[in-house]
Amino acid sequence: MKKGNGNKSCNRIKKYIIRDRYLILLVAPVVIYYFVFHYIPMYGAVIAFKDFSAGQTIWGSEWAGLKWFQEFFRSVYFGRLISNTLILSSLSLVFSFPVSIIFALLLNEIRRKALKRVIQTVSYLPHFISLVVMVGMMSNFLSPSDGVVNQILKNFGMQPIDFMGESAWFRPLYIGSGIWQSFGWNSIIYMAALIAIDPNLYEAARIDGCSRWQEMLHITIPGLMPTAVMLLILALGNLMNVGFEKIILMYSPATYDVADVISTYVYRRGILSAQYSFGAAVGLFNSVINFILLLSINKISKLYTQISLW
Amino acid sequence: MIEMNVRKELKRPGSGLWDIAIEIIMIAIALLTLYPFIYIISMSISEPDAVLAQEIWLLPKGFSLGSYDLVFENKEIWISYGNTIWYTIVGTSINVVLTLAGAYALSRKEFFARNAIMMYIAVTMFFNGGLIPTFILVNSLGMYNSRWAMVIPGAVSAWNLIIARTYFQTSIPDSLPESAKLDGATDLGIFFRIVLPLSTPIIAVLIVFYAVGHWNAWFNAMLYLSDSTLHPLQLFLRKILLMNSPDLLQGMEDAFERVAYAIQLKYASIVVATLPIICIYPFVQKYFVKGVMLGAIKE
Repeated sequence: MKKGNGNKSCNRIKKYIIRDRYLILLVAPVVIYYFVFHYIPMYGAVIAFKDFSAGQTIWGSEWAGLKWFQEFFRSVYFGRLISNTLILSSLSLVFSFPVSIIFALLLNEIRRKALKRVIQTVSYLPHFISLVVMVGMMSNFLSPSDGVVNQILKNFGMQPIDFMGESAWFRPLYIGSGIWQSFGWNSIIYMAALIAIDPNLYEAARIDGCSRWQEMLHITIPGLMPTAVMLLILALGNLMNVGFEKIILMYSPATYDVADVISTYVYRRGILSAQYSFGAAVGLFNSVINFILLLSINKISKLYTQISLW
Repeated sequence: MIEMNVRKELKRPGSGLWDIAIEIIMIAIALLTLYPFIYIISMSISEPDAVLAQEIWLLPKGFSLGSYDLVFENKEIWISYGNTIWYTIVGTSINVVLTLAGAYALSRKEFFARNAIMMYIAVTMFFNGGLIPTFILVNSLGMYNSRWAMVIPGAVSAWNLIIARTYFQTSIPDSLPESAKLDGATDLGIFFRIVLPLSTPIIAVLIVFYAVGHWNAWFNAMLYLSDSTLHPLQLFLRKILLMNSPDLLQGMEDAFERVAYAIQLKYASIVVATLPIICIYPFVQKYFVKGVMLGAIKE
């Protein structure tokens, strides 16, 4: 009986494979790519529990248990890395999240189409500048010897400030430059949501004598809410995921006390000092925490707003 | 169109002031956003004297292309420029071919493995092995100091794959492959002869997304390429802009000139490296926007 069933489903799959053979052929490279470059590294993360060093195979290296995790939890950097990561990402979120929404709302109020288009084009532009150029621009504009910002300060009789070298300036610069680079780009998705709002709502509001301000408050903003909540869930779920690329370009040992986050620490210890197992352990800790965070935020959102990522 | 007219007709008193205020604010924001770009161009084409005297705030003072001469004379920048073009063309071709093929197969509702493979890909968006295991893998595949390290490890982006799949699902009617099949076409024939010719917009979206990514990429080069003849433009720029490498000034005797050019050179190299993107950008902007909009469609 059982054997018969197995054969039946086996035959069915065989039939499917023959029927969809060309679709399989089309999707095969993608499947292989994900296996090699995403699933093998997931398996490779076991070196976090091993004593792996260059020249060894992952398979052949000795088990080390939780040694690397313990080393990380006990290290003096543990608290600093966690708090730097969380502070940097939550401040970025608090300051940059509303900016794109406000920008989209204001853009929506512009009546002259040509002007609107020009402003949109300009606002997306910084998104296409590479991080290297962006940080390079920042460090040259802010240079204490010949940067334009310090020129202005000097003209007002103030002392030049070494912006890039002072810890106190790291967070404002990181967040401010992030806003410059992404506010326009991030507003696109809100503009899409605005187009989808039923124009009859505005007409009805106008007949009822609503002011433009009331329209914005009662029609436009509620129309944006589902998109905003969705993006907020994604952002909250990624709070522990601060990218290292921009920070590596921006920071220096003088600003490590505020700029060093988990991912940059993984890069320095794991790659630059070639402590692969330790780096992998810290990275794994980070992605597990991040994954748990994403799941819980999604669950909470599902409970209260019925909006879910999947 | 009709709705727009209705809005205008119903304009009430008091709206004028609001309109003007908003336009002024938005123009100010746009100018602020543009300021760094204008300043960079001004710095790169001004007289070295004016640069040294720190006289430039917005518009150029005098006119000199001396810094560009220096940039153009430099061999290293052209090698890295060539490398970036190679990475962009080869990388984008691989990206677009794999993404289109995979996305089309995954867009076909009757494909038996569709949901399983979508799941398999989606998992990687939320969970990954991390930097170190990926680094070890790429090295053990023999890609250290190889051009392929710049194009293979990021061959498919899950996000772009989903965008392309959404495009196929929303713009190719299900009846099209069905009727083609009745006429004896294979899935491969349908993809190449019917679907691809209808897909120019999504091909353009994928090309611009992937190409900008390759043009601006630097981190993988830093990880995997120690041979500087393989370095892309961005890594070269990093050396000039952030590490104050004096390489480009070799052979300049005059100390005064050296200082002025050391500053101007940075701005000139930013212009040279960024100009291609800025020039193409206005023409392809609509594809970027289309890509974001496709990404916002949830099944």
